[in-house]
Amino acid sequence: MSDFQAFDFRTKFGGRYFPAPIFTASGCAGSGKELSQFFDLNELGAVVTKSISVKPRSGRPTPRMAETPSGMLNSIGLQGPGIDQFLETDIPWLQNKGARVIVSISGETVEEYASLARKLRGIPSLHGVEVNISCPNVENRGLVFACDPVASRAVIEAVRRNISGDYPIIAKLSPDVTDIVSIAREVVAAGADGLALINTVLGMVIDVDAKRPKLAGITGGLSGPAIRPIAVRVIYQVHKALPQVPILGMGGVTSGRDALEMIFAGASGVSIGTATFGNPSAVMKVKTELLQGLRDRGFSSLMDAVGVAHG
Amino acid sequence: MNINPKAVQDSVEVLSNKKVGSYNHMVFAVGDMATHAKPGNFVAISVGGASSALILRRAFAIYRSSNRGAYGGTIELVVAAHGTGSRWLSERSVHERVDMVGPLGTAFGIPTEPVNALLVGGGYGSAPLFGLAEVLKARGCRVDMVLGASTAAKIYAPLEGKRSVNIMTLTTEDGSTGVKGRVTDVMAQIIERNNVEIIYSCGPMAMLAAVDQVAQKANVIHQCAVEESMACGIGVCMTCVIPMRDAAGVIKMQRSCIEGPVVDGSSVVWGSERKIPEGTWGAPL
Repeated sequence: MSDFQAFDFRTKFGGRYFPAPIFTASGCAGSGKELSQFFDLNELGAVVTKSISVKPRSGRPTPRMAETPSGMLNSIGLQGPGIDQFLETDIPWLQNKGARVIVSISGETVEEYASLARKLRGIPSLHGVEVNISCPNVENRGLVFACDPVASRAVIEAVRRNISGDYPIIAKLSPDVTDIVSIAREVVAAGADGLALINTVLGMVIDVDAKRPKLAGITGGLSGPAIRPIAVRVIYQVHKALPQVPILGMGGVTSGRDALEMIFAGASGVSIGTATFGNPSAVMKVKTELLQGLRDRGFSSLMDAVGVAHG
Repeated sequence: MNINPKAVQDSVEVLSNKKVGSYNHMVFAVGDMATHAKPGNFVAISVGGASSALILRRAFAIYRSSNRGAYGGTIELVVAAHGTGSRWLSERSVHERVDMVGPLGTAFGIPTEPVNALLVGGGYGSAPLFGLAEVLKARGCRVDMVLGASTAAKIYAPLEGKRSVNIMTLTTEDGSTGVKGRVTDVMAQIIERNNVEIIYSCGPMAMLAAVDQVAQKANVIHQCAVEESMACGIGVCMTCVIPMRDAAGVIKMQRSCIEGPVVDGSSVVWGSERKIPEGTWGAPL
């Protein structure tokens, strides 16, 4: 274990360093308590929380889930207690455990994002905010800010204006757009310090016996290894266009090899989501395997490996 | 306090796999995982092997568990091979290993005093009721059981399971064994005749809803093990929610893997599939 210390596994988003480049993916780690039974949350770069809204949300009706080949559709619909209860209960518990925390926020209007950002301003020792502008599980497709450069920009500007200066802002984008690079440029120009790539891909399953959509919400977000090549492509395209902007890569990462793909494509960190559903200790497996994979390929620091696939 | 503080993840060996009627009875050597397993708890198993396209864990109700024996702790499951994941599990041979997480979820509440209990199971949903019957019998309870299914082959009622049961009544929809009809057709009479004070049930949601109606009408406490499709079993995926009233009476979408599977039947808002009940906390306006 001693030569592990010789490897610089740190990563950086905005002005913050994280001791490891492995994160949970938003909405895939419960409140943190559920996973802490299986590993020490402090081992993560940070816990990325579920996307939290201004008010409580029941989420969508069931069925909310359909397994697909090497993937799954979900239509949770951002179920959560609302920001006030979340800040009262979830955040103190995580901080008490010594976990670094990136809070993910989701609003229905620009003003809601601003209001969420103001609430976070008063919380000491957060490690960042993920601005989820790309959840596909909303009633109106027009509400997916990340499908529109102007709307994306407006949200990130509102968060930037309202949050304390030293929280890294990470904008989470949707792959369901014609030109992801133009959206990325807008949110970076608006003040995003980093990009979370990618959110789930909008999909659908028909129950052929019931002859209707399997999910009560009709459509859902596709995640898991099935979307990994899409994620790698998006990370590669965005890193090529904006090589100075750190990317938190996600989408079907299950092993250290998968994480290496994202790092080499240009990600500075990797989030594990759906893999946790199949294996509660998936994040620790990916962490161990990624470190080994980087060492095996002669790297002595994570940052040296970021984007090497670009030559 | 952590959630599921007794749960562990382990690679466990298949000790036995036998076909029983339409189902497979499987025994796993689980070591310490058995120590904390209670009737009503479940385990979550990774299926399909390392290169499988099946990426989600499968939940199985524990049939029985034991701390002692030649192989140390064991957990037994009754597997209905009706999907690709459960079929894969049912095809495992003795000495193969599977990745298991458990014990998970809530357990059936056991009365402190001897009471008259009625256990109602549908299909292989009867499995966890036999372990429960043993515990109740050991507490001096009278234990009656009603098991129903569409047809005789789908009733799971092993001989050794019947030892703890006073009177077993079977119902089948096609009349191939027992009373022709459904479990709810015979419940009221048993409740009255045996002065039933608590009902435990396990089976499909539609059956649990019907059992709850009978229980409420008879004013008897009803604990049921609910099911809703699950991706993880450990409370992180948020897919297995059902609308339930909390202690303050507020309807919330609650996880059947954490707040359940065993819940108070009267707390469930039945018949809510594909909709959020009116008045649910955080429901869309």
